[in-house]
Amino acid sequence: MTTTGGAAVKAEPWKDPAAKPYVQVDRITKSFGDFKAVDDVSLKIYKGEIFCLLGASGCGKTTLLRMLGGFETPSAGKIFIDGEDMTGVPPYERPVNMMFQSYALFPHMNVEQNVAFGLKQDRVPKLEIQERVATMLDLVKLGDFAKRKPHQLSGGQRQRVALARSLVKRPKLLLLDEPLGALDKKLREHTQFELISLQDKLGVTFVVVTHDQEEAMTLASRIGVMNHGEIVQAGTPSEIYEFPSSKFVADFIGSVNMFEGKLIEDEPEHVRIGSAELGGTIYVSHGISAPPEAIVWAAVRPEKIFMSTAPPAGTENMARGAVQDIAYLGDLSIYLVKLPTGKVVRVTQPNTSRHAEAITWDQQVYLSWDATSPVVVTR
Amino acid sequence: MRRFGVTGRGLVVVLPYMWLLLFFVVPFVIVLKISFSDIDLAIPPYKPLLEWVGKNSLAIKVNFNNYAFLFTDRLYINAFLNSIKVAFISTVLCILVGYPMAYGIARAKPATRNVLLLLVILPFWTSLLLRVYAWIGLLKANGVINNLLLWLGVIHEPLNMLYTPFAMYVGIVYSYLPFFILPLYANLEKMDWQLLEAAEDLGCRPWQAFYKITLPLSRNGVLAGSMLVFIPAVGEFVIPALLGGPNALMIGRVLWDEFFSNRAWPVASAVAILLLILLVPFMMWYQSVQARETAGAR
Repeated sequence: MTTTGGAAVKAEPWKDPAAKPYVQVDRITKSFGDFKAVDDVSLKIYKGEIFCLLGASGCGKTTLLRMLGGFETPSAGKIFIDGEDMTGVPPYERPVNMMFQSYALFPHMNVEQNVAFGLKQDRVPKLEIQERVATMLDLVKLGDFAKRKPHQLSGGQRQRVALARSLVKRPKLLLLDEPLGALDKKLREHTQFELISLQDKLGVTFVVVTHDQEEAMTLASRIGVMNHGEIVQAGTPSEIYEFPSSKFVADFIGSVNMFEGKLIEDEPEHVRIGSAELGGTIYVSHGISAPPEAIVWAAVRPEKIFMSTAPPAGTENMARGAVQDIAYLGDLSIYLVKLPTGKVVRVTQPNTSRHAEAITWDQQVYLSWDATSPVVVTR
Repeated sequence: MRRFGVTGRGLVVVLPYMWLLLFFVVPFVIVLKISFSDIDLAIPPYKPLLEWVGKNSLAIKVNFNNYAFLFTDRLYINAFLNSIKVAFISTVLCILVGYPMAYGIARAKPATRNVLLLLVILPFWTSLLLRVYAWIGLLKANGVINNLLLWLGVIHEPLNMLYTPFAMYVGIVYSYLPFFILPLYANLEKMDWQLLEAAEDLGCRPWQAFYKITLPLSRNGVLAGSMLVFIPAVGEFVIPALLGGPNALMIGRVLWDEFFSNRAWPVASAVAILLLILLVPFMMWYQSVQARETAGAR
């Protein structure tokens, strides 16, 4: 599982211990009174990455982003950007630009003036400003809207102005706070790919804050999942999805069936879990590190469960239940199957055929999965 | 109600208009009428505009002398000019003092903000006259300020503050400051402070962000507040009379003197009408600023 998301980083520098991180967050803590918004976070972000900070609201992701931008001062710890210590460096002297969640476009300036603002501030020669602004507006396809005021633009256009304004200064690092939050679903999907291609073209390093796991999966080269001010897991989208390190991550990213059980066999290359919730045993073809008889959870993704009317071979990794509910989503269907133990299991099946033998309500079905599918988490 | 052709909605609209008609338009017409009449030693002290001459003919006698008179005597022109000067300087002082206050209130925490706003409005709980008299007590030769400075040893003899332009400006700025602060606060309070962070992010120092973002965006608030200070300050009578001393020649004072001391009602009315004409452009400007402000809020 080494494929990355859509991001431009193909080389995976985070696996190379000799690679120099572009942004280094070193044991950062930010407290507001007694509340620790960010709690002892360390991170290394490499050049050209799209790093997503993913978490529910209030998990500290925006505070961490604001500390990178210089809008909050860390209570403890240091931030290095391109090897330089950013302690005490104000926002206007950082090689960083930020795209705000509200876009924060200047309402008294038109699109062109908004985009040119940062360059004028740096006293870039007039001709160069004109040229760079025009190029940037073309890049975000807003060339025809240069003279419009922000309130005359749609949400998607404003988003692009904000992006152009933060990119035109050619920052080494671009911070994006919920960049697509205000857009509707279709536009959001479209813009995600635009963002990726733009990032690819300009070679800027992105740090994106989002609460939308789908957005994080599409955009990110790596995701840092945050909870209660801590980064609970950082890795590529597929690592996070396929190998969540905790119940929280497994549950937060996508949907998952969690079977609680006791470790009954613990070998280096496989484990066996007796699960009362499942009413059977789960065989997993990878080892874990946990004391014998420990309470663990086997996480199985809905799309990795096979559903059939005929009993599968073998006695492990299977269960029998009745279809309680079906949700038809077009490309796939979600089945909720109730086991005799009372546990409801979520199964998704692609609708590959138009006239498939339909499994219907209250039907008895068998569920099964491969030994490679479950992930065992201990917390 | 329907039976009389008056709906509840109609009544709601009609009532304020009746109020305006009765207490604004009618008195204005009366003053306008008096300004065109001749002075007379009678009660009331002016001659009627309409007069029966002969049996069946009614003569209208419109007298422009009162207006002409205002331009022959330098006193009136000087009083007008001086009023505008005083109002202008007071407005500038209100901007200088009031802007930081409004800004501070708008950026304070919500709980503190309410207390600060209350403090701004609090003086209205006492009558203006009492507050101006209080300033006399503060500013006079053996008043609070002089005594304090003497006691501290900053000065060795009392400063002459009362009945000077200084005292007058103190009084006007003090009295009108809330009228400046409140509209500006209402404007600043709506501002998205993230814009300042965005400006800093794009390379502005905090003062540059203020100059390039906050100031232009609060322009309408400043204009509205300034008009609310400037317009009444031009006609201000009480404060210059009580604090400014005999040399404070303001048009409100002239009007008062003409009306009560000289009993020259027609001239006084002409002064009042001219003052109104002078202020109409400012009022219209204020209205358009207000309209823009409401439109901008959307």
